[in-house]
Amino acid sequence: MGLATFKGGVHPYEGKELSENQPIEVLMPKGELVYPVSQHIGAPAKPLVKKGDQVLVGQKIAEAGGFVSAHVICSVSGTVKAVEPRRMANGAMVNSIVVENDGEYKTVEGMGADRDPSSLSKEEILAIVKEAGIVGLGGAGFPTQVKLAPKDPSKIDYVIVNGAECEPYLTSDYRLMLEEPEKIIGGLKVMLQLFDNAKGVIGIENNKPEAINKLTELVKDEPKIEVCPLKTKYPQGGERTLIYAVTGRKVNSSMLPADAGCIVDNVDTVVSIYMAVCKSTPLLRKIITVTGDAIANPKNFNVRLGTCYQELIDAAGGFKTEPEKVISGGPMMGQALFDVTIPVSKTSSALTCLSKDQVAEMEPTACIRCGRCVEACPENLVPQKMMKAAKSHDIELFQKLNGMECVECGSCAWGCPARLQLTQAFREMRVAVRASAKKA
Amino acid sequence: MNKLLNVSSSPHARSNVLTQNLMFDVAIAMIPASVYGVYQFGLKALCILLVTIAGSVLSEYVYESLMGRPVTVMDGSALVTGMILGLNMPPEIPLWIPFLGSIFAIIVVKQLYGGLGQNFMNPALAARCFLLISFANQMSGSAFKLDGVSTATPLSVMKNGGTVDVAAMFVGKIPGTIGEVSVVALLIGAAYLLYKKVISIRIPAAYLISFAVFVFIFGQHTPAFVLAHLCGGGLIFGAFFMATDYVTSPITPKGQIVFGILLGVLTGLFRLFGGAPEGVSYAIIISNLMVPLIEKATLPVAFGKEGKKA
Repeated sequence: MGLATFKGGVHPYEGKELSENQPIEVLMPKGELVYPVSQHIGAPAKPLVKKGDQVLVGQKIAEAGGFVSAHVICSVSGTVKAVEPRRMANGAMVNSIVVENDGEYKTVEGMGADRDPSSLSKEEILAIVKEAGIVGLGGAGFPTQVKLAPKDPSKIDYVIVNGAECEPYLTSDYRLMLEEPEKIIGGLKVMLQLFDNAKGVIGIENNKPEAINKLTELVKDEPKIEVCPLKTKYPQGGERTLIYAVTGRKVNSSMLPADAGCIVDNVDTVVSIYMAVCKSTPLLRKIITVTGDAIANPKNFNVRLGTCYQELIDAAGGFKTEPEKVISGGPMMGQALFDVTIPVSKTSSALTCLSKDQVAEMEPTACIRCGRCVEACPENLVPQKMMKAAKSHDIELFQKLNGMECVECGSCAWGCPARLQLTQAFREMRVAVRASAKKA
Repeated sequence: MNKLLNVSSSPHARSNVLTQNLMFDVAIAMIPASVYGVYQFGLKALCILLVTIAGSVLSEYVYESLMGRPVTVMDGSALVTGMILGLNMPPEIPLWIPFLGSIFAIIVVKQLYGGLGQNFMNPALAARCFLLISFANQMSGSAFKLDGVSTATPLSVMKNGGTVDVAAMFVGKIPGTIGEVSVVALLIGAAYLLYKKVISIRIPAAYLISFAVFVFIFGQHTPAFVLAHLCGGGLIFGAFFMATDYVTSPITPKGQIVFGILLGVLTGLFRLFGGAPEGVSYAIIISNLMVPLIEKATLPVAFGKEGKKA
């Protein structure tokens, strides 16, 4: 029997050997901490503090601004220095709470207390998750309490933990699976408490045999939890491709995973649920891989949210060669930064520092219709035709070609021998389509 | 940091496959057939190949320079066109004819339609057909010689009811165009293209299988007859090197199968029921014209959209 996987996809250079054997190091912030009010999908949070206020570790400093939104929790103790727009990894200036760290890490009352999840009702668990400010930590940033409360919880039969980590260079999820596997299982059990008919599946790409072995060993006495090894192929960790590989069900852009009976959360999200529910600790930290051929000592860090990327680079020994490109995230879906004074946010996963920018190296040439984009597309689209529509800005044709099903994974552009900026063009078209839909 | 870093839309990584590499791979894959052609037909064959390659590259260079467009001769596509055209020439042809053909291929068929990626017919094949019509005597029939003597090609022999030596056809000890005669040399090149994933097996497989079935049903019902047809003429060359031309074949996987079947049926039709013994070139350029239609009909269904209207 073949390994669980999907049709399409590509095999980019993995680069994980740089950091996969580096244990997670705790990195304490030195400078100010920056908490943007919009680190998630949905309405921005509303600041609850003002300049001069004293804040504690675990204190809610901004409150969810709507149903689909998330709280922002302070990860240090100190004084609010400012509430002002700061730049985030995606380039946007976002209203942010800036905190001067007093280095004492005084916590709010009751933080860190053990709690027995079995004594909690479903509503109580959801409330705890909401109060902890947890969002999808794999990168999408969808508020977790919303995801965990589908219309009909009894119809959910799979809770899938995403440990695929298909993005090249990233090893933070891998290290987490090796170092804190009990917390993953613990978090998954809490999630299963919410869904009576569900079983838990942990999906891991087979380039991480140690993680597969470790978790398989841990769940051998768990009747409702299993580990599903996945074929190593990008974008195996995409939500739709993962659901398909694990369950054989297909989710399209107009559906939620819950419509296919699935809840999917990244391993770090699941650990955060465990910490919130069982350890009374809200979301304070992220595991960040600092890597790339330009970094002196690639490492995995456990850092407080709000820490400046520059501090992470310094802690990894700085640059050994001048980087041409620094990416928040990995090379396939990450965001290139023009400057590294950017805070670690809930959706940060890595800092990939590359000495060569492969995109700037080559000018796009003519499409030769080789079909590599068609073979690569995990959504079974024809990027070559979508590109034609994008070139003439034909919104109607782009939609007819199912352009809105594109997940912007970058597989088509990765493999294009003409170096066409396919994904970029589709991203622009998708924005245009959404804008035109709003107007109508 | 005093210098701003490069910023661009993701993905930030690229595979190492470039248009240029693909074209040079195709050229490399045609070397065995070229070497065999020169070995069998002599230096004249080498001269023809050099003339078509030089003619194609030069035409592209001159046209793009005159039009003030970026010169793209280094992408290797003109080299491939030149090689395919040269390998499609009878070995005794006066050199000016292949030269004229390469100008036609590059300027009329490729550049006038917008250059690389825009032509709707395989340039080398369209040029070959142009030469076949314009210079019938030099391009076919008695133009084919073996060891200096005009000899009928195996397909003409079969057309007239004669029998042929399949083993000789496989090795290439037969009259024909420079590059089409040796099946074994062509298959070595084809294996290279498949191994390097330059081409997929879909078009050649659909083409050869549907053709074999067609001639078995409508020709003589013997394996020897089918095998001779598979090894004869430009079929193997066409199936692996010309029908698989990216620009002029469908981009959709299902479309490639349909395209291959169409080729097989048309080639069978032309060979068994047409006036001339060979039909690969015409089958391919006619099928080229069907590509937009085939693609339209075989657009893949988006993931998760099965059974729903888009």
